[in-house]
Amino acid sequence: MNTFHFSSRNTKEILRDPITLIFSLGFPLVLLFLLSAVNSSIPAEAADATALFRIENLAPGISVFGLSFISLFSAMLIAKDKTTGFMLRLFTSPLKASDFILGYTLPLIPMALAQSAVCYAAALFLGLEFSVNLLAALLVNIPITLVFVALGLLFGTLLNEKAVGGVCGALLTNLSAWFSNIWFDTALVGGWFEGLSNALPFVHAVNAARLACAGKYGDLMAELWWVIAYAVVLLTLAVILFAVKTKHSDK
Amino acid sequence: MYAIEAKKLCKKYGDKAAVSDLSLTIDQGELFALLGTNGAGKTTTIKMLTTLIQPTSGDALIQGSSIRTDSTKVRQLSNVSPQENAVGTKLTVRENLEFIARIYGAKGSEVKEKANSMIEKFDMQEVAKQRAGTLSGGWQRRLSIAMALITDPEVLYLDEPTLGLDVLARRELWEVIRQLKGKVTMILTTHYLEEAEALSDRIGIMAKSKLKKIGTAAELKEYAGTDNFEEAFIKIAEEAVV
Repeated sequence: MNTFHFSSRNTKEILRDPITLIFSLGFPLVLLFLLSAVNSSIPAEAADATALFRIENLAPGISVFGLSFISLFSAMLIAKDKTTGFMLRLFTSPLKASDFILGYTLPLIPMALAQSAVCYAAALFLGLEFSVNLLAALLVNIPITLVFVALGLLFGTLLNEKAVGGVCGALLTNLSAWFSNIWFDTALVGGWFEGLSNALPFVHAVNAARLACAGKYGDLMAELWWVIAYAVVLLTLAVILFAVKTKHSDK
Repeated sequence: MYAIEAKKLCKKYGDKAAVSDLSLTIDQGELFALLGTNGAGKTTTIKMLTTLIQPTSGDALIQGSSIRTDSTKVRQLSNVSPQENAVGTKLTVRENLEFIARIYGAKGSEVKEKANSMIEKFDMQEVAKQRAGTLSGGWQRRLSIAMALITDPEVLYLDEPTLGLDVLARRELWEVIRQLKGKVTMILTTHYLEEAEALSDRIGIMAKSKLKKIGTAAELKEYAGTDNFEEAFIKIAEEAVV
C-alpha cells in the first residue's frame, strides 16, 4: 500500500512540473510537425534519401526519442528529494527499499505510454495510417521506457540536482538521438559509430517501434531482445545501487 | 522507562571514530539539545538514533525498543524534521500532511482528521491549499515540523529547525516548539546557542566524537565559571580539544 501512496506522490510531483509537459509533449510534437513540414517540401526525386522523415518512420522514432526525457524526470525527482532532505525524512519512515524503487518507477510507465499515444495521435493528423499495429507500437516502447527509467534511477541516485540536468537533460537525450537512426541513418556514418549504435539499445528500440508500426512482427523480437536485455541489466544495477545507497546514507 | 537510553554508542568509519562511547538518558517529554562544533558527532548520533545508520558497537533504546534489533518499531515511534525543509514542493500543504499520515499507516477518514488537526495546530488554514514550494522558509519549516508530528511520534528529532529563518520566523517557531514541550520527547540540534538555552530542559555538548558534558544551561555555565552560555560552550568544547 505504501508503494501506491509513494507512487501517487511522485506522479503529482512530476506532472505538476511545467518542464514535464514542455519536454514530454511539447518538444517531441514540435519536432514531429516541423520535420513533417520539411519532408512534405522535399522533391519526389529525393524522397528515397529522406525516407527517415516519412511519417511512418518519423512517428515511431520521435515516440522513442520523447521517452528519453523520462530519465530526466525520474532523476530530477530523486536528486531533488535528496537535496531537500525529503528522502532523509522518508528513510526514517516505515517505507521499505522496494516501496522506494517501485514508487519512483511505476508512475513513469503510464506517463510514457500516454506520451507515445499522444505522439502517434498527432502523427495520424500528419498522414500516419490508423491500424491496430499502433497499439503494438505502444507496447513495444515499454522496454525502452524501462531503460530510461533505470537510467533515471541510476543518475538520480548518483548525481546532484544540477548535474542531473546536464547528464540526463543534455547528454543522454543527445546520445540517444545520435545513436538511434531517428535523424540520420547510422550506417551512412559507418565504422565505430555504426558499431556503437548497434551495441546500444536506442537504435534497436526505434527499429522495433518502426517494425511494429508496419506490422512486420516477424523481425520485431530480434530488435526487441536487445532492448529487453538492457532494461533487465540497467534496472538490476539501479536497484542494487539504490539499495546500497539507502543502507549507507551516511556516506 | 526513559524515552531514550543510549548505551556506549559508537560509530567508526575505518579507524576514525565519529561517535565514541556515547551514554545518555532522556526523560519522557524532555527537550534535550545536542550541541557541538562541526564534525563533533551530532548528526551521526541522530542518524544512529533514527536507524538511518547502524552503530559500530553499543545500542540505544527508544521507548524501550532497540535501534539495532527493532528498527521497524523505532521508526514508528519517532520522526524527524530534517535540517532542510524536506517538503514535497509540488504538493499542497494538506497533501504533504496526508501523504506522511498514510505512509505511517493512517487510513480513511483518519488521514483527513490528522491533517486537519495539524493544520489547525500550526495555524496553516490560510495556506492549506497552497503548494509547499510557494511558501516562505518559515512556513515550510513549520510544515516540516507538522509533517513530523502528524504521525504522533513519541520522540521527535529537530535538526537545526530555525536555520536560515529571520528573527520573527524563528521566534514563531520557538513558540511552536515550546508548546510541544512535555507532550513529545525532543532532541534538538542547533548552532544557535541562545536557541538551546531558551528552549531546552537539558543540554549535551559534544566535541571530538564524545559527549563531554550534560546539564541545564545554568549548570553548564556554573561548571565553566561564567554567566555567558556561549563562553561556557566554548570552554567545554575546547577542554575536549586540549
